Amino acid sequence: MNTTASGFRRTTLWLGLAGLLAFFIADISITTRDPGMELERISSGFISPDFFATEQIGSALGYTLSFAIQGVVLGFTCGFLLALLWRWRIVRAFSATIRAVHELFWGLLFLQVFGLSALTGLLAIAIPYSGIFAKVFGEFLEEADRAPALALTPRSDAFSVFLYARLPLVWQHMKTYGAYRLECAVRASAILGFIGLPTIGFHLETAFRQGDYSSGAALLYLFLGIILSIRWWFRPSLLPLWIAAALLWAPPRANYTEGALNRFFTEDIIPAPMRQHDWQWHQLTDWLSMLGQEQILPGLGNTLILGTAAMLLTGIIALVLFPLISSQFGNRFSRAGGHGLLVIFRTLPEFLLAFVFVLLLGPSMLPGILALALHTGAIVAHLSGRFTDSLTLRSDASGGLNRYAFEVLPRIYPNFLAFLLYRWEIIMRETAILGILGITTLGFYIDSAFSELRIDRAVVLIAAGVALNLLVDRISRSLRSHLRLRNALADQS
Amino acid sequence: MFQFNQHALKRQGVTVLQSLNLNIQQGEKVALLGASGAGKSTLLEALRLQKPDQVAWCPQQGALVPMLSVFHNIYMGALEHHSALYNLINLIRPLRREFEAVTQLATELGISEKLRTSVDHLSGGQAQRTALGRALFSQRPVLLADEPVSSVDEHHAQSLLMLALARHDTAVVALHDRQLALNCCDRIIGLKDGQIVIDGASNQLSKHDLDILYRRP
Repeated sequence: MNTTASGFRRTTLWLGLAGLLAFFIADISITTRDPGMELERISSGFISPDFFATEQIGSALGYTLSFAIQGVVLGFTCGFLLALLWRWRIVRAFSATIRAVHELFWGLLFLQVFGLSALTGLLAIAIPYSGIFAKVFGEFLEEADRAPALALTPRSDAFSVFLYARLPLVWQHMKTYGAYRLECAVRASAILGFIGLPTIGFHLETAFRQGDYSSGAALLYLFLGIILSIRWWFRPSLLPLWIAAALLWAPPRANYTEGALNRFFTEDIIPAPMRQHDWQWHQLTDWLSMLGQEQILPGLGNTLILGTAAMLLTGIIALVLFPLISSQFGNRFSRAGGHGLLVIFRTLPEFLLAFVFVLLLGPSMLPGILALALHTGAIVAHLSGRFTDSLTLRSDASGGLNRYAFEVLPRIYPNFLAFLLYRWEIIMRETAILGILGITTLGFYIDSAFSELRIDRAVVLIAAGVALNLLVDRISRSLRSHLRLRNALADQS
Repeated sequence: MFQFNQHALKRQGVTVLQSLNLNIQQGEKVALLGASGAGKSTLLEALRLQKPDQVAWCPQQGALVPMLSVFHNIYMGALEHHSALYNLINLIRPLRREFEAVTQLATELGISEKLRTSVDHLSGGQAQRTALGRALFSQRPVLLADEPVSSVDEHHAQSLLMLALARHDTAVVALHDRQLALNCCDRIIGLKDGQIVIDGASNQLSKHDLDILYRRP
C-alpha cells in the first residue's frame, strides 16, 4: 500500500521493535518477597491518610513552594536574557547543556558547595529552567511576526523597538508558559527532598521507607492538592506577594563553609589521577577508560534500554487511554472519570511513582518502566485525546472500535507520534535520575559517586548523561522532521 | 418515505428553513438546488435523521479519512456488516474477498488504479469518486448526496451521477449544475430564502426557470 497510513505503520513497527528488544534485554524481575502484601498495606494507607503524623508538614510545604517560586522567577529572568541572544550558536548550545542536566543532579552538585541550604534548592531549579525558558522564549521570538518592528522608523533605538514591537507579541505566551513551568517546578522542588532538602519529598521518602503509609498517603494527597489547585492560589497579580513570601520563608542563603567553592573547583572536580603532583597522561586515560567500562557504558546502556522500553509502554498506554477523554467516544460521565484518572498520573512525578513501585517490586527496571510509562502515557493520552476534540467526523460515522480504528486513529496518528517522540527525550532525562532509587541507570553511578565523595567521577558521568540527552534530542528531532511532524507539534500548545 | 409538515430546520441554533412542507415518495430521484447557504446540506441532514439505517450517505465535510487508502475508505461503507474484529483485520491486511468486491466497484467508478493510494494523494475528482464509492458500497436503498460530483469534469459527472442513481431506489442529491439536475433527476426542489420556491418534475422545468434561485434580490 502506498498510503500515508502505511508510512505511520512502518515507523510504528520500527519503534515497536526497538521497544520490544529493550524489553527483552531489560531486567524486569520482581525482587521483593511479597509485593501483594505490600500493595495491600500501601492501599490501606491511602484509604486512611493521617494528616497529623508528620510534624513539619507545614514547613515542608513552605520550602517546596519557596524553592519552586524563587527558582521559576530566576529561571524566567535568566532564560529571557538568554533568549535575547538566541541567534548565537554558543547561547543555544549553552542552554541545551544546562537543561540536559536534571534538577536532582544540579542539586547534588550544589550540595557539595552550598550544603543543605535554600540556595542549593533555588539554583537546582533555576539553572535547568533557565535553559528551558531560553529555548522556549527564543523560539517564541523567532516565530513572532517581524512586520511591526520593521514598520518602525529606522532611527528608533533597538531597546524601544524591542519593547514596543517585539515583546508585546510574545508576552502573553511567555506568561502562560511561565505559569505552566511553575507547576513543573513545584513537582521538581518536592522531588529535591529525596536528596535531603527539607521539601515534601523528604518527608514522603521517610514515611514510605518506614512503612508509615498513612502519613505518606497524606503527604501525597496534600501534594496533589497543591498542584491541582495552582490556578486558584497562583495569579499573576499576586506574584510579588508570593515572591516576597518565598524570600522571607527561605532566604537564599548558603550553608557555606569557608573555602568550599575554591576546593570544589581546584580539587574536587579535578580527576583523581591529576591531583597527584607528578601525574602522567596515561594515568588519566586509564582512569577514564576504567570509568567508561565500569560505569558510563553500563549506565548509558541501561538508561537507553529502560527509556526505550518505557517509550513502547507509554505509546500503548496512551493509545488505550486517550478515548477515555475524547469527545468522540463515551459520554459525559465516562469522560469525567477519564479526566480524573489522567490528571492523577499526569500530576504525580514519575520519580515519585517509581519510588513507590521500587518499594513494591524491588530495584529492577520494571518499576522504572511502569512509572515512566504511566506518567508519560497519561500526558500523551491527554494531548492526543484533546486533539481528537477538534476533529469533525461525518454524521454517519460508525461507533466503538470501528470508529477508533478507521476514523479517529488514522487522523490523529501523526500528532500522537509527535507527542510520543517529543516525550522520548524527557523520558530519557528522567530515566537517568531513577538511578537515585537504586535502578542501575546512569543516575545510580552518579549518586554512588556523590556519596563516595568522588565528585570528579560524578562530573564525568553527568557529562555523559548530557551527551546522551543531546543525542536523543537530535534523533527525535530528525525522526519528527522525517515524518513531517513539525506542524503536528504546534497543536500541542 | 420522507415527510415534513410545517417543520423548521435549524443549524447551530439558527433557523435555516422555516415551516417546511415536503413529501418524498419511494422511487423518486430528487435534485436539490439553491444558492450556497440556502439550506441544502441542512435539509439532507434532516432527511438522513428520518431514516438513518436506510441511507447511503455522501456528505461534503469529513467524508473521507485522508491517511487511509481508497480501498479502506470505500470499505468503510460496509463496516456495520461485519464484526469489529473482522474490520480490524481487514484494516491491517486487506482481505481478498473484500478487496475483490471493492475493486469491482472502483472499476466502474474509474479509480481502480488508485485503490492502494491514500486519499490525501488524490485529486478532488478522484476523492469524490471515492466518497461516492463508499456510499454505494454500503448497499442501502436511499442515496443522500451533497454535491457528489462537483469536482468531476462535466462529461464524467453525468455518467457517474447516473451510475449512482441507478444503484439506489430513492435518491436526494444536492447539486449546483442545473443542466445536470435536469438531465439526471426526475424531480427538482429549489430552495431560496429559507423556503421551497420550486418543486416540480424536471421534464416540466427549463434551465431558465431555475435561474430565480440564484438571482440576488
